[in-house]
Amino acid sequence: MLNNIEEFYNMLPLIILGAGILISLCIEMFAKDSEKILPWVSIIIFLSAAFYSLANVNSVSVIMQNMLATGGIVNIFYFIFTLGTAIVSLLAVDYLKKYGAYYGEFYLLLQISVLGMMLMAGAKDLFMIFLGLEIMSLCFYALAGINRKRLKANEASLKYFLLGAFATGFLVYGIALLYGTSHSTSIDIISSRFPDLRSNLLFDAGILLFLIGFSFKIAAFPFHMWVPDVYEGSSSVVAGLFSTAGKAAGFSAIIVTLGVLFNGAGNNIFEPYLAVIAVLSMVYGSITAIAQTNIKRMLAYSSIAHAGYMIIGLAAGSYNGIAGIIFYLTAYTFMNLGAFGIVSLIEGREETNLELKSYSDLASRSPLLAALLAIFMFSLAGIPPFAGFFGKYYVFIAAVQSHLTWLAIVGVLSSVISVYFYLRIVVLMYFGGAGSKISEPGLKIENHSAGLLAVIICVLFVILIGIAPGSIIGLISSFLR
Amino acid sequence: MENNNLISYLLLIPLAGGILLLFVEKSKESLIRYLGFIFSIIAFVISLFIYIAYDINKAGFQLIDKFTWIENLHISYHVGIDGISLLLILLTTFLTPLTLLSSWKAITKKVKEFTFFMLMLEVGMLGVFVSLDMFLFYVFWEAMLIPMYFIIGIWGGDQRIYASVKFFLYTMFGSLLMLVAIIWLAVYASSSLGHFSTDLIELYGIGPVVQFEIQRWMFLAFALSFAIKVPLFPLHTWLPDAHVQAPTAGSVILAGVLLKMGTYGLLRFCLPLFPQSAVYFAPYISILAVIGIIYGALVAMVQKDMKKLVAYSSVAHLGFVVLGIFALTQESIQGAVIQMVNHGLSTGALFLLVGILYERTHTREISEYGGIAKVVPVFAVFLMIASLSSMGLPGLNGFVGEFLILLGAFESPVLNSWWYTVFAASGVIFAAVYLLWMYQRVIFGEVKNPKMNSLTDMNKREILILSSIFIFIFWIGVYPGTFLNVSAKSTETIIQQVIGGAHVGEEHKLTIEKTGKDILFLE
Repeated sequence: MLNNIEEFYNMLPLIILGAGILISLCIEMFAKDSEKILPWVSIIIFLSAAFYSLANVNSVSVIMQNMLATGGIVNIFYFIFTLGTAIVSLLAVDYLKKYGAYYGEFYLLLQISVLGMMLMAGAKDLFMIFLGLEIMSLCFYALAGINRKRLKANEASLKYFLLGAFATGFLVYGIALLYGTSHSTSIDIISSRFPDLRSNLLFDAGILLFLIGFSFKIAAFPFHMWVPDVYEGSSSVVAGLFSTAGKAAGFSAIIVTLGVLFNGAGNNIFEPYLAVIAVLSMVYGSITAIAQTNIKRMLAYSSIAHAGYMIIGLAAGSYNGIAGIIFYLTAYTFMNLGAFGIVSLIEGREETNLELKSYSDLASRSPLLAALLAIFMFSLAGIPPFAGFFGKYYVFIAAVQSHLTWLAIVGVLSSVISVYFYLRIVVLMYFGGAGSKISEPGLKIENHSAGLLAVIICVLFVILIGIAPGSIIGLISSFLR
Repeated sequence: MENNNLISYLLLIPLAGGILLLFVEKSKESLIRYLGFIFSIIAFVISLFIYIAYDINKAGFQLIDKFTWIENLHISYHVGIDGISLLLILLTTFLTPLTLLSSWKAITKKVKEFTFFMLMLEVGMLGVFVSLDMFLFYVFWEAMLIPMYFIIGIWGGDQRIYASVKFFLYTMFGSLLMLVAIIWLAVYASSSLGHFSTDLIELYGIGPVVQFEIQRWMFLAFALSFAIKVPLFPLHTWLPDAHVQAPTAGSVILAGVLLKMGTYGLLRFCLPLFPQSAVYFAPYISILAVIGIIYGALVAMVQKDMKKLVAYSSVAHLGFVVLGIFALTQESIQGAVIQMVNHGLSTGALFLLVGILYERTHTREISEYGGIAKVVPVFAVFLMIASLSSMGLPGLNGFVGEFLILLGAFESPVLNSWWYTVFAASGVIFAAVYLLWMYQRVIFGEVKNPKMNSLTDMNKREILILSSIFIFIFWIGVYPGTFLNVSAKSTETIIQQVIGGAHVGEEHKLTIEKTGKDILFLE
């Protein structure tokens, strides 16, 4: 319950979102053409929540009877989620019409899923994490199949649901073991008992199962099987949401639970496990992406590889590693949403123009989109001076500091592999690759000013983060001491 | 040390020019060309001011500009120059306007993008030569790949996609390993400095005391990255593809400046940071350099394509530079520095001349030509001078560098064998063979190909471009002192750093062995 006015302010982002959901629900029920109003309403809700999360970033506190934390990195996560989904909503304005899913509930589901993510990021209790995860996941399953007339979307939704439920099983079992050994679900209490529990095999198994459950959400090897199919089957903007805010939410839950275990340096008992899944995700993602011909599948595999780079930060098991992950997630959110945004702009009706060859000679058909996509590709490939490079740089620093130089070397080698498939898009767009000019009539790019605006916002962030990475990493690190 | 911002202006001018170009309408091609040219000329003028402001009698870095960039990692925008970087800056700003001028007629599609990428390339190259922070250096080093990749890929020949991707991946592979080494060194520095640091001047004190077993790996990571860029045999295979496929302007910049970034990196980072390893690996790298000299020359000899011939001659010439660097005597390093400039001028000139022919006939096959001396006499004279300069004829620039390198390598205490000099010197003879043979087949004899009768001779613009290069070719050949003096103090410093560093390293190793522990282990 609200103890005082300060607590009210601290949970303002959550309150804004909660109130926003109710308002949107009313609009959806009573307004005639809610599809037209809701995107802008939800953008306002997201942006104001993002604004208040940044404004409150310094007021670190615990609210709701030790269930939720606010301020600090929690609010930075809030910021990533809300700004990311604001961009998704902006992209969806025109896209959903083209995609044939022009429904108001899309935005409602988006808002509810963000509420779930926020509960995960701020959780101080294992139940809160579970609650948040389920709220988010259920919305995600529905969002994946938002176009109920389309077979592929239904398939993606069902696949996501079945595998997601399977992964949640691991998670719940892990939580049960953690509770059984530590006699509490409060993360603070568990971490205070951590020194005694370290050698308890059941406790370790609980953490491992917990990690496995979240490997699914962050799309890490070997729980990545759903990623390419779901990204391909669901709409481009939703795939962008899964790969950015969804991934960030998964990492936020891992960080709030495992982060406390890093209090004593060198206690990272899961370093071998994390290092192995990092290597497998990076290498598997990068190599498999080379063989893809569908751009969404390619981005899906690249998303697996990026999860691997971020896990390096977890394996490093230090505050620098965590700061690196959060920075990486911030950068990744903008560059990957930008890439999916351009995919959604270029996508034609009936899911055409999703093959790589649809991008050939884009530079002469639409110079602006080609230039923007090229920047996103260079950033995803980790080439300075764009944001993606700095993300990798921080994570690698953390790895070297934790004596995991070999992991950093594997990371850079897999970056070289990934450069190949990112560059292939640039080659197709600019160098007149494949040789053949395509003459399908569906390749006309429709002009969507809202979507274009969203992509331009992304590119501005990608460049700005690249020019001034110091202030962001400084902000993140200041909460991790 | 006076503190002014000349170097930052130098970086900003082409950057500003590039950004300005983005707002110019695409169809105004001649305006775009003039703007690009003017901005690159301003950059050249600024570099002349830098030359005037630079005091050649002082050792160490000058004209330093520094402010914090990423605070909690102690990364700063830290730029400054010594004599070696000054010469390379002058070379860069000198060649860039000339290449823009040379593409006046050659580049007809996407002029705006081309000029933009050329200016961005200039920023990247200059940034590499002035960075005094390893991280900043790395950012420029990698960022520079993007414009070059586009220049080869958009305006290149038939195999341009293959060549550009190969160029990108090859370079990226080496430089990412260097990135890990940079991070490792910066983390290592935090144990003695108390904070993470990539500042080169601070690291100069740290690198030499790294335990030799680890230093060796770091040296190799750095050297691999630079050796790919140089390129050192056997890592040269990207070079013929990139050179042949790139447009003339791209080839000139690639040969003139980009390859120098590799040798510059060896001088600036590998030698002073890891002196013990540099001494340890010097004979091996010198052997590779000598193989490169002979191999490059022999392969150049059998080329049917003029551009490929010049490309392989670069492998040979850069072999000389690397030999000069790793002979580790002052003469040889001075020779290497002047040879970097020479190669930029004479190979640049050769590429320009081949480009001029190609523009007219659209073929680079040597066998297609023959007897064109009668048709294009001016061109014949210019090609003669460029070839003679490239093969190292006394009185022209190439001789000075090669002579100093061979002299230094001969008396080098590190190499301690005159066989290096003997084999390297044979490369000079081979160079004469392939260049003169090419010259003879292209210029002399009867006109076999009737198409060649309609060749037009060089126009004023082309004469202007090449004459300005020839001024320096003669200048260095006749009075190299002007240029050697600029780098003298700096090369002396590097030699001292290597000798002193190797010594410090030895002492440090002994103390570690005595106390039996080290600060940090590489896992």
